[in-house]
Parts: sequence; structure tokens; C-alpha cells
Amino acid sequence: MRALRMMLRKNQMSLLEVKDLKVRVEEREILHGLSLTVNPGQVHAIMGPNGSGKSTLSHVIAGKPGYEVTGGQILFKGEDLLEMAPNERAAKGVFLAFQYPVEIPGVTTWNFLHAALNAQRKARGEDEISSPAFLKKVREVAKSLNIPQDMLKRGVNVGFSGGEKKRNEILQMALFEPAVCILDEMDSGLDIDALRIAADGVNALRSPERAMVVITHYQRLLNYIVPDVVHVMSKGRVVKSGGKELALELEESGYAQFEDAA
Amino acid sequence: MPAVQETVERVRRIDVDQYRYGFETQIESDKAPKGLSEDTVRFISAKKNEPAWMLEWRLEAYRRWLTMTEPTWARVDYPKIDYQDIYYYAAPKPKKTLSSIDEIDPEILKTYEKLGIPLREVAILEGVEPPPGGPQTPNRKIAVDAVFDSVSVATTFQKELKAAGVIFMPISEAIREHPELVQKYLGTVVPTSDNYFATLNSAVFSDGSFVYVPPGVRCPMELSTYFRINERNTGQFERTLIIADKGSYVSYLEGCTAPQRDENQLHAAVVELVTLDDAEIKYSTVQNWYPGNSEGKGGIYNFVTKRGDCRGRNSKISWTQVETGSAITWKYPSCILRGDNSSGEFYSIAISNGFQQVDSGTKMIHLGKNTSSRIISKGIAAGKSQNTYRGLVSAHRKATGARNYTACDSLLIGDKCGAHTVPYVEAKNSSATFEHEATTSKISEDVLFYCIQRGLSQEEAVGLVVNGFVKDVLQQLPMEFAVEAQKLISISLEGSVG
Repeated sequence: MRALRMMLRKNQMSLLEVKDLKVRVEEREILHGLSLTVNPGQVHAIMGPNGSGKSTLSHVIAGKPGYEVTGGQILFKGEDLLEMAPNERAAKGVFLAFQYPVEIPGVTTWNFLHAALNAQRKARGEDEISSPAFLKKVREVAKSLNIPQDMLKRGVNVGFSGGEKKRNEILQMALFEPAVCILDEMDSGLDIDALRIAADGVNALRSPERAMVVITHYQRLLNYIVPDVVHVMSKGRVVKSGGKELALELEESGYAQFEDAA
Repeated sequence: MPAVQETVERVRRIDVDQYRYGFETQIESDKAPKGLSEDTVRFISAKKNEPAWMLEWRLEAYRRWLTMTEPTWARVDYPKIDYQDIYYYAAPKPKKTLSSIDEIDPEILKTYEKLGIPLREVAILEGVEPPPGGPQTPNRKIAVDAVFDSVSVATTFQKELKAAGVIFMPISEAIREHPELVQKYLGTVVPTSDNYFATLNSAVFSDGSFVYVPPGVRCPMELSTYFRINERNTGQFERTLIIADKGSYVSYLEGCTAPQRDENQLHAAVVELVTLDDAEIKYSTVQNWYPGNSEGKGGIYNFVTKRGDCRGRNSKISWTQVETGSAITWKYPSCILRGDNSSGEFYSIAISNGFQQVDSGTKMIHLGKNTSSRIISKGIAAGKSQNTYRGLVSAHRKATGARNYTACDSLLIGDKCGAHTVPYVEAKNSSATFEHEATTSKISEDVLFYCIQRGLSQEEAVGLVVNGFVKDVLQQLPMEFAVEAQKLISISLEGSVG
């Protein structure tokens, strides 16, 4: 734990700070006082069994409707995140890679990304990016991630394979350059090759300024995206935190040992 | 996606209850007395200096109308119309006969300016950025036949059209100058006895457009008419007749806006299209009549009869419409596929919000051999509106090899609106192939949240999803119209979510 504490150097302002967060969905409390501190440059993994509240945490950070925060707070660069509209959070640099990215028929990926990027830029008081400049930029980003150009011309996620959908999420991540990326069950529905490609994309985006929160059931993903900190969630709380070795430990002994701790 | 961004900007600037085009122009007008009688019909005919045969034609329609009853089969509900409480004719008072645009009442020109209509010869639109993958259309030309209330006050591009031999003028003028053409075709697609509203139109129509494209001529520009109701309590009865002679082609654009009013306004237009052998007419409409206020008060009653007759072999008629306005819409642009190998198309976007009621669709009547038709209908219902697609596809006994493909998609926004699909299919011979597909969907919370998480506002997200939904139809519109339509769609759906 000392190593961990050193890693979370307190004198430096953290990027994302979740403090004693309590969340309800339709009268049922899902998160019972969850705390989490993420610093720039770090990759945190959040592991836990089904129903432990992992996805709820990611949704509340992103601002999905339908959740009631009854206690605690979330600070992003010191600002109260819960006071911001979801699109405002996006513009400030909070990105959620969805477990199940939606399909939007008739809207090309190219158009969607352009509209979204300009909305974010406008919210930040930056100039909108013109079509030719955007096209150049998105092509470069796609190329750097080995994403074929024709994906940009297709409807958003329409007819995409599981792997393509996840790569589209990573493309967006690269394009929007967020400060915090939350990856919700990125490995679901991917075979081992697709998983490796997606993980390579994520690793390419790791930087000293950016933090990532990787939510997953399985240790498998963490072989490819190696975390700095691992948290175990059970019944709406973080019950244990540690280094990357904690994930391996979990793989061997399972989640059952934490059921009582929660 | 600059067009969408711009749309969203515009939506933001507009107040919910303030219909953008709801201003009134102060000009003197020349009215027929209120109510309908033989005298009214005679008054209109005299105002137009019509020949005796035209007056007789009108009177016959009027007498017929007296024996008819208003249809009630459509899924629309409105208070009974008092036909004696309506003015049937109003015209801006011309100071003298107009020979050029400069002579038009400056007030009228200002109105067009507010609407952003390029009346003066700036109609060569430049700097319109096509969407990615969209058609490149530099130097596209549009000729505008401006209809202000009931009288056409200006016609542009006459010279160039004349050189091509194309006749494009107000129908009132055509009746005097080309009586042989008008007599040959008027009422041959929509007979004076056709239906209650068409018959009423035949008796009292005030003006509209007339187009004749001679054999083998490809009309050198898009022809366009903008309609506008501007006189309190004035029924608007437009009459349009377009003839494409053998081997010719013409594309016609029609767009409407109307000022805000508390009283309901009756609109009963008739459009007739005729294509002879190997000819093609493409008819596009963006309709934006006043839909009524946020409580469902006011708004235009729009009872339209539009029909095209593919009279010749290998001829083609294509209807594309974007319907966003009117309190009541009753409209079924149809094709009679009479010539062998002829084809008809109907592409439609019908949007209803607030308390709007739309009952719209098409009829494809297959009479000739190996005829084909295609129907793509996109209905979007929001607010407390009701949106019905009503369509008929029929194949006559002799219409061997008839083919139809129909796709009707409905999108619901919110849970207080309704979408309905009423398809009629009749095949009287066994060689006909008819396909019908229909879907109804909602804009899901998940899709909205996905877009919003990427930085879009709720309104931008809805606009984006809707524009994707209607894309197949928008692509059928000429470029400038598509941009305009895209804006209209977002404006129409403003405030429909959340």
C-alpha cells in the first residue's frame, strides 16, 4: 500500500476524483460510497463481478440520465463534474468508450465525428474546423490506428463487426484527445485478435497528460493494456486496490473472497 | 457537417412560438366579396380577362361542386369549414402592367428578401457547399415564377427559356396566350369532377404556373415557384399545369411559406403533370405552411390534389416532397402509369410536430405494360401530432409486368404522437410484382446519450439522427433545396425532445 500511496502523490492535483459517491437507480442504491482518485498519466483498472456497479460508475461519470446521485462528489480537474451537462463534460475532456456503441443509420461516421468535434470545440470557445481540414485530420488519425478509410464513409457503426465498433470508439478517442478515457468492458464481444488490435490502439493513446479507467470482468484485457493501479469492486464499493499483480491474483482466486468484504 | 451546424444555429435563434415567416406585408389588395357563388366565379374570371370557354369550364366545376360533399375518410380532424366565410380572390393592386422586376412593389420584394428567395437574377447560386459525396452543382440556375398571394408578379429568366422554346408563365397568362395548349391538357389529369377540393379549385383557382417543354428539349434550368399566402381569410387556390412533350425533361421546384395567423386558412391546390413519350418531369416540393401555434391554434388547412400522367411510352414522373408545415395536410401526389415501360417515383418526408395532422401518401396506378414504381416514405411524428401514410398501388388487368417497391418508415419522437401506415395494394393480374416494407422506430435514449457524450447537444443529436433517417429522400432533392429542407426539418422539430 505504501507504493500505491506514493503513486497517488497527494501534492499533485488529481485529474479525476470520486469521493464517497452514492448512486441510486429507481430507489435502489447501487453505489454505496465509492472513492477513486486518478492522476494524469495513470491507467486504472476496475474489476469486479456482474452487478458490482462498474458500469454504473462509468455512466454517472459521463452523465447518463436515469441515475440519482444521493451523496458524494466527482471532481474533474478540481471542478464539480456532476454540475455539468453531459455534452459539457465531453467538451472538457471526459470520454466514455461504450460497451455497446449504438448504430446511427444514414449518418456517415465522417459527418458524425465532424459534428461532434465542432460541438466540442465551440463549447470550449475554439474555432470550428472546416471540412477539408477535418478530413485531413481524421484521415491521419485513422491511418495512425490502421483504421481503413472506408469505415469513415459508412453509417456510424451500421453493419460494423464487434471489433470495428470498438475501433471506431478508439478512433474517436484519438480524435477528441480527451483528458480522461473510461473504457467500459472494451473486451466484450471481441475475439483475441480483435482484442489485441483494440488494445494496441488504446496503448498508442497513453500519454503523461492522459488518464484511463479500464473497466473489465477479466484479467485477459490487462495483459494487453497494463494498468498502474487495479481496483476490485464488489457490491457498490471499492474493496481492494493494488498494483497490476492484483489482477493476476484475482484471475487465480476469483471474486468470491471479496463478497464478504463488501 | 456545416449544414447541420448552421441548422442548429438557426434553431437556437428562433423563439418557440414565433413562426419565422410569420410577418405580414402591408400592401393594398383587390378582393372578391366574401363567399362563393356563380358571381364569385364570374368575378375571378373577369379579373383574369379570361376567354368565354374558361369561364364556362369554371362554372361547370362550380355547379358540380355544389352536388358534392366534403370527404371524411382521412385521419384528420378539424372544425367544419364555412365556405361562405372565405374570400376566394385577392390580388396585390398593380399600379400598372409590370414589364420588369424593378416595377414590383418594393414591399413585396422586401418580403422575398426576408424569405431569402433569390428573386432578382442572383439565382445563380454560388458558394453552396455540397455535403461530402453529394452532387457538385456549380452555376446551377433557377428561374423563379413568384406567386404573391394569388397573382404572379414576376417571372425571371424568361429570355433564356424562350430561346430553348420552354414556356414558363402564370397560368392566367397561358390561358390567354396559349389557349390551344391549356385547353388540350387542363383537367385531363385531374378532371373537374375528381374530388371535392379539386373541383372547388377548378371553379375558383386564381393563378399558378404553366410549363410547356417542347419535344426533345432539356429545360436549361430548374423552374421554381414560391407560394405565399398574404391576405387574411383568403383561400388559396393554385393551379399548376406542366407538360413535357416527347423526349423532353424538366425539373420543377415548389416551396411555400405563410404568415402567422390565428384563423385557419384553406388551401386547395391542384397540380397536373403530363409526360409524353420518353419525357420526364421531376417535381420537388418543400412545404412549410404555418402549422398553428404551440396550443394547436391557427395553421393552414392544406387539401392538395397532385397527379401526374405518364401518358407516353418510357416516360417518367418523379415526386419528391418535404412536408413540414400546415395544421392539416391532405395530400397524395400520384402517378398514372399509362404508357408502356413508364415509371413513377414518390419520395416523401412528412414531419409533424405540435398538434399537426398529416394524412399523406401516394397512388401508383399501373395501366401500361412493364411499368414500374417506387415509393420511399419517411414519416416523423413529434409532439402531439398524428402522422399517417396512406398509399395505393394498383395494377390493371392489362398491366402485365408491373413492378412496385414500397418502403414506409416512421420515426417517433416522444410518446404523445402517433404514426400510422395504411397501404392499399390491388393487383388484377398475376404478373405484377409488388414489394412492401414498413418500419416504425423511436429515437432511443441510448442513441441520444451516445451523441451527447460525444459533445452534441440534445437538439443537435436529434437533428443528426433525423437527418440520417431522411437521407434517402433528401438525396433526391436538387442541391439547394436539400440544404433548405435540412434546415426546415431541424426547425420543425425544435423543442420536440426533453
